[in-house]
Amino acid sequence: MSSVGSGYDLYVSTYSPDGKLFQVDYANKAVENSGTLVAIKAKDGVVLGVEKLVPSKMLCSGSNRRVHHIDTHVGVAIAGFLADARQLITRARSEAKNYKSTYGQPIPIKVLSQRIASYNHMHTLYGSVRPFGCSIAITGIDQYGPQLFLVEPSGSCVGYFGASLGKGKQAAKNELEKIKFSEMTCREAIKEVSRIIYSVHDEVKDKDFELELGWISTETNNVHQIVPKELHDEAEAYAKQSLEDANM
Amino acid sequence: MEAPEWLDNAVDLGTSIMAVEYDGGVIMGADSRTTTGAYIANRVTNKITPIHERIYCCRSGSAADTQAISDYVRYYLEMHTSELCDEPDVKTAASLFQLLCYSNKNNLMAGIIVAGWDKHQGGSVYNISLGGSMVKQPFAIGGSGSTYIYGYCDSKFKPKMTKDECIEFVQNSLALAMFRDGSSGGVIRLCIIDKNGVERKMIPGNNLPRFWEG
Repeated sequence: MSSVGSGYDLYVSTYSPDGKLFQVDYANKAVENSGTLVAIKAKDGVVLGVEKLVPSKMLCSGSNRRVHHIDTHVGVAIAGFLADARQLITRARSEAKNYKSTYGQPIPIKVLSQRIASYNHMHTLYGSVRPFGCSIAITGIDQYGPQLFLVEPSGSCVGYFGASLGKGKQAAKNELEKIKFSEMTCREAIKEVSRIIYSVHDEVKDKDFELELGWISTETNNVHQIVPKELHDEAEAYAKQSLEDANM
Repeated sequence: MEAPEWLDNAVDLGTSIMAVEYDGGVIMGADSRTTTGAYIANRVTNKITPIHERIYCCRSGSAADTQAISDYVRYYLEMHTSELCDEPDVKTAASLFQLLCYSNKNNLMAGIIVAGWDKHQGGSVYNISLGGSMVKQPFAIGGSGSTYIYGYCDSKFKPKMTKDECIEFVQNSLALAMFRDGSSGGVIRLCIIDKNGVERKMIPGNNLPRFWEG
């Protein structure tokens, strides 16, 4: 283990000779160990889905949420350390509030994402801090339409049509690439997200998981919501069915 | 010896200003008189000040205060534009004016009309009154001269006027206000803002509408 970073990983502010920031790479490892997150930007809104791994049978269902509201028009989902993400969520909420009280209108998703990215980036510059061990998907509808951004520990902020994070990132990405996002509605996207999360779930390594779904669309009046029970159950049933069909 | 009154009095925009939405944009208008007491410090003042490419404001009250406020807003809006990577909305500019006017209300004498064009709302007019309230209006009038023309404007304003109708409405309203109000006068300055850009006009004092003289 002593040779892993050869001393270049002792500070976030130190580059390795081949131009890497090991502390940032390690932060990304924390994200990779998390339950899969899938997000789809459909034509009328955005859908978020997270495979929330349940470490103990004694855990209350609905605890350790991974989908959160920021403002009425913004929602985020988390992959990585929840405790670190809570910091980002608090920051995002205050940025949204602050923007609104200064400029008199809801914060554009891009601006919010860039501000959170800057916050992440600040944590890659100083020896006294560590990068956040989480990536977040920021979604919402603003005057530019539906938006989906991924903000990573490095401080990068990129817009997507469809995105995935966590354990099943690559498998989910392969599934996402088959989808025509521009022809999909949020209702369909909820089912797709659920299907993908069920299909990439590794039953051997991780026994139990809870599916968390969030969406914002013209159907929800451009307000971010946790997906209502009927829709959730329908999507979950669809996901289980397609999983069974695939296993036949 | 008593100092002349124009030395004691602050530079004041005893003013007639207005801004009106029409079909496709907004028209802003103002007189051009700046006074220190009864002395006309400037008879060709420009009270329609650019804030951004397609956002302007009409200033009334203290010249010093309103200039300082609009300088701040111009700066903040420029910063905001860089962050947004897009043209700002008129409402954003109006909110910034409101923020400054409200939080410094005890030290300011400023009545401002913000108007302009943006791709989300089209032409829009916001009135920022003395205490710092912000009201979106189809048309707004302000300054000391405006008190004389409330009735006229209410009766003559129509939503969705054509550009020419609107210019005539603004000219006539301002001419009436400038005629009755002692601290308004000079020329009429106009600013026509739509999606294509900004057009500025000036009607000299000897060419003002005189339709009411009969």
